[in-house]
Amino acid sequence: MVCAGTSCVLNGSLDMRDALVEEIHKNGLQDEVFVGTTGCNGFCAGGPLMIAYPDEVFYQHVTVKDVPFFVEEYLIKGRTPEKHLFEPREGEGGIPKITDIGFFSSQILVALRNRGLIDPDSIDEYIARDGYLGAAKALLEMTSDQIIEEMKASGLRGRGGAGFPTGLKWQFCAGAKGDIKYMLCNADEGDPGAFMDRSILESDPHSVLEGMIIGGKAIGSHTGYIYVRAEYPLAIERLRTAISQAKEYGLLGKDILGSGFDMEIDLYLGAGAFVCGEETALMRSIEGQRGMPRPRPPFPANKGLWDRPSVLNNVESLANIPQIIYRGSGWFSSLGTEKSKGTKVFALSGQIRNIGLIEVPMGTPLRSIIYDIGGGIPGGKKFKAVQLGGPSGGCIPEDLLDIPVDYENIVKTGAIVGSGGMVVMDETSCMVDVARFFVEFTTEESCGKCTPCREGTRQLLWILERITEGKGTIEDIERLERLSKVLQSASLCGLGQTVPNPVLSTLRYFRHEYEAHILEKRCPAAVCKALITFHIDPDICTGCTLCARKCPQNAITGEKKKPHILDQDLCIKCGLCYDNCKFGAVTKV
Amino acid sequence: MGKLKVEDLKRIKESLKGTVNLRDGQHRVKITVHMGTCGIAAGARKIMDALFTRLEESGADDIMLTTSGCAGLCNHEPMLTVEVKDTTPVKYINLNEKKVLQIFDEHVMNNNPVADYALSQGSETTY
Repeated sequence: MVCAGTSCVLNGSLDMRDALVEEIHKNGLQDEVFVGTTGCNGFCAGGPLMIAYPDEVFYQHVTVKDVPFFVEEYLIKGRTPEKHLFEPREGEGGIPKITDIGFFSSQILVALRNRGLIDPDSIDEYIARDGYLGAAKALLEMTSDQIIEEMKASGLRGRGGAGFPTGLKWQFCAGAKGDIKYMLCNADEGDPGAFMDRSILESDPHSVLEGMIIGGKAIGSHTGYIYVRAEYPLAIERLRTAISQAKEYGLLGKDILGSGFDMEIDLYLGAGAFVCGEETALMRSIEGQRGMPRPRPPFPANKGLWDRPSVLNNVESLANIPQIIYRGSGWFSSLGTEKSKGTKVFALSGQIRNIGLIEVPMGTPLRSIIYDIGGGIPGGKKFKAVQLGGPSGGCIPEDLLDIPVDYENIVKTGAIVGSGGMVVMDETSCMVDVARFFVEFTTEESCGKCTPCREGTRQLLWILERITEGKGTIEDIERLERLSKVLQSASLCGLGQTVPNPVLSTLRYFRHEYEAHILEKRCPAAVCKALITFHIDPDICTGCTLCARKCPQNAITGEKKKPHILDQDLCIKCGLCYDNCKFGAVTKV
Repeated sequence: MGKLKVEDLKRIKESLKGTVNLRDGQHRVKITVHMGTCGIAAGARKIMDALFTRLEESGADDIMLTTSGCAGLCNHEPMLTVEVKDTTPVKYINLNEKKVLQIFDEHVMNNNPVADYALSQGSETTY
């Protein structure tokens, strides 16, 4: 008896009943099992509800998706599906401890230490968590050299991707000649699947300001700019609030904390071009020119913004700095590996259970991040690869998952730690298509200044498109590799130099997928539309007509309760029949 | 407020103890709505509004309703942390207006956490 009270109906109990009837017919049990409906059972929170007779077992939360399992387990095999048994509600004891939840227990928060804890619009709450005490120490008790030495001793390396030691960067700029210097923050986060910087700015904007004040003192700069993309409205709003609060408290402006040190920080909103994350292009953009890189040297430490000595640090690097100065370099360097100190923030996304923002000590194995923290792959699918470092990074396969995550080890795999975007892919991802996706992205984002990048990305993309369309030849693989070498060595900036990484790393670990596309004209993951066809298995098809009704091309025909037929000439491979079939009768090959 | 000196930083830190740490304050309950972009996109503002209205109706003056950034588990937003004095904070996930009002009535008002919507109890590890 399926509950048909208002609450259960709203929760989909009638759809569940229809699915149940269908499933019972499918299994030929229609003469033995009667499906009826009842009025409200009173336990609406557990809906959709169902009572099975003659056992009189009460089931809760039964949805359409649960029906096949229920019929097989209960009606055919005679077992009680325990998942849906009604249990009296447990009290506080029923809530697991945070240390028992994999997602939280393996994380250690440094840059994210205030996440979810303080009100980002309240400078007082930031101060209550030791905020601005690092800046106070730097401004009142330390010399510029001492700050730089402390930063070098901490081992902090740039979290934007390249991993250049922050202390060294500061030292170069501090030593550069010039009365005006600039302290810059790179918040131009552009990698697909990356949202570390946005989240830090949204939850703890003062930590970035404080990092910049300390950097300003170290290099001798009194003006700072935060280059943040305009499509981060909430981060911008919270930064603006933070800056005005800091000014009001005299933590920005003249004579900060009575130290005699002056510092102003302003925002510069970028229009979202990917190349503006490159340091020289970012500086051109602040100057009001078109965001294009220029050759280095001279490096920005000597000739940066408006040709003045400048330091550009990433958001996450800056968020680490106040606590390093306040608690000392030893505190920070006790975390992490020999060459990569501290923690790293990653944005987990893709085909993984827990999508979100995590922070782990450097050296944590990739497997632990994906399975312990990320919760593994949902839907019983198989892990295929994890993409690290966005368009400049690469894919890491299953058998390398035990490597510890730090700058050196990840580079060995052909990927990079990058800014921290981590996209997990399961067996339904085609690696050729993934490479094509990233190259398509960089082709659009190439600024066009240098020929290798402007033309090379386009050629790479055309070859990859050819392969995904089944028109590739075996020579194309060699062409990809040759062109990649040219791009790596001849491009002007980091964008062009790293465009080939997604191609080369997928070629390195998933060459067989390229070969299957080229030689067998087959896409092993059944993704590339030109290479797949949909079929309806007449033995499984029940003739429910759902696929025929969903098909936008009317390519599927057939009588009710009889196997349907798909006309390949009309099919546009949209996959709606595949997604909608309840019986798994539609296959793609 | 005028320009701060170091002593002022320490004074603010001291005076805020009751806000950040319930044990030292006059509030009985602290409700934190996680409002990063992910939370807001998933409906955190509606939850904030619903809680605000219910809080006003209740007339209680010992409950602190505040916001914070992303709690990390973006695909389980909207999220909420409820901390009742002298008990461990409880994180709730996948919320809507109906659920938060139930949490308000049961957990906030009667100190009876709603296990059905709760993810965990306790605080995250900071180094």
